[in-house]
Amino acid sequence: MFDRILEVLPEIGVAMGQTLTMLLVAIPLAVLLGTPLGVLLYTIGPNGLKHRPKLHRVLDGLVNLLRSFPFLILLIAIIPVTRFIVGTTIGTAAVIVPLTLNAIPYFARFVEQNLSQLGGGVVEAARSMGASRSQIVRDVLIVEAKPGLVSSITIMTVSFISYSAMAGLVGGGGIGDFAIRYGYYRYETPLMITAIVLMILLVTIVQLGGSYVARRLDKRL
Amino acid sequence: MIEIQNVSTSFASAAGPFTAVDDVSLHIRRGTIQGIIGFSGAGKSTLLRNINLLERPTSGRVLVDGVDLVTLSDAELRTKRHDIGMIFQHFNLLNNLTAQENVELSLKFAGVGKAERRRRAAETLEIVDLADKAGTYPAKLSGGQKQRVAIARALATGPKVLLCDEPTSAVDPRTTSSVLQYLADVNAEFGITIVVVTHEMNVIKAIADNVAVMEEGRVVEQFDLAELQRPGFHPATSIGRYLVSDEIQLDRSGRGTHTTAASEGLINV
Repeated sequence: MFDRILEVLPEIGVAMGQTLTMLLVAIPLAVLLGTPLGVLLYTIGPNGLKHRPKLHRVLDGLVNLLRSFPFLILLIAIIPVTRFIVGTTIGTAAVIVPLTLNAIPYFARFVEQNLSQLGGGVVEAARSMGASRSQIVRDVLIVEAKPGLVSSITIMTVSFISYSAMAGLVGGGGIGDFAIRYGYYRYETPLMITAIVLMILLVTIVQLGGSYVARRLDKRL
Repeated sequence: MIEIQNVSTSFASAAGPFTAVDDVSLHIRRGTIQGIIGFSGAGKSTLLRNINLLERPTSGRVLVDGVDLVTLSDAELRTKRHDIGMIFQHFNLLNNLTAQENVELSLKFAGVGKAERRRRAAETLEIVDLADKAGTYPAKLSGGQKQRVAIARALATGPKVLLCDEPTSAVDPRTTSSVLQYLADVNAEFGITIVVVTHEMNVIKAIADNVAVMEEGRVVEQFDLAELQRPGFHPATSIGRYLVSDEIQLDRSGRGTHTTAASEGLINV
């Protein structure tokens, strides 16, 4: 059994590398693009700094629409978009596009929720100090929401470790795909367990790390 | 210094428009401490927010230092707000910033450079005797200390007016006098005009030069401290008398005014 694991070890290494690549590209991109979207959703929302009911309804609906797609279907449905962006429809690069597209509205909701939980007191104080809307977002809301946002990134990363397992459908590889191919298709249970243990490890590290950073940033206690 | 002219403020509510401030005119002289007292919902906090336009009046004029704020553009209003500090019942400090960083925030919004911010924030913390707490986060400060940080934050930009919304309602009685002492000092040393909104008559008695009594959105009575302290002084309105008496009166015969389900429940215990 151990011989077999050793035999495919290089492949496990490649698979782990693919999973990490997917996460390391998709998650930062989602944070980068989802944050402004989430801030916008909050800002033009009913309790935001500049309520714009119509625009809010449109954006809100769009986010819901993207979030409704089961990931597996999104993966297929946006193949033309994927081809346009990365020039291919198979492989790790091709999975990163739907992963990111799914993660952006996902994170935007987290941002919106984190901001709306802050309460109006600090915003009112900032307004009384003559802060502009962008200053309120940058210097007040994001500052106060930071620990919550780190926790949200952690939750999102863990979810997407699971999503990335579907990458095999378009030949994207990754450790989850490895578990499916060897464990499910070829009945090599020890290899499946090995892959799953690695995924558990990955999730644990992400969760512990995320919780640690969030705790360090949170000055409320 | 502050001239409130025929200011009304209404909000849309489910039951139609609700008038929080109803045709109020009030003149607040430079360097004085104006108290505004009333029960919850009397409109006093809304009136206070009318002064820096956190709440824009539906009609009327608000002149601060001769400038009608209502006519200003957004950018002009933000600049003007650096001259009008404000503190709040729940302090409204940023939890993830130290005392020093909280004070620097108002300077940052006023466009002050980093080194200058640091220097002036440290200086202002000195005024409220919190220089030793500069690096402390609000969670590690007492209620009184938090309010003093908030005072420092409001003072850092060198305002001419300080608006105080229930500044002592969330701190214990001993801390109340300490916070009020700092406000009185700021008024005496820098000549800052202060407006204090409160429902606590002892706060008014301790600090206000002039008092406006509010009820249902209107200023129903005004008197000054000298009148208030004269023996035998009686406010003209019943609400004024009630507030001045500052006593809680109960009927302890067991036949009190409310015979609600809750009080009946108590009897059965």
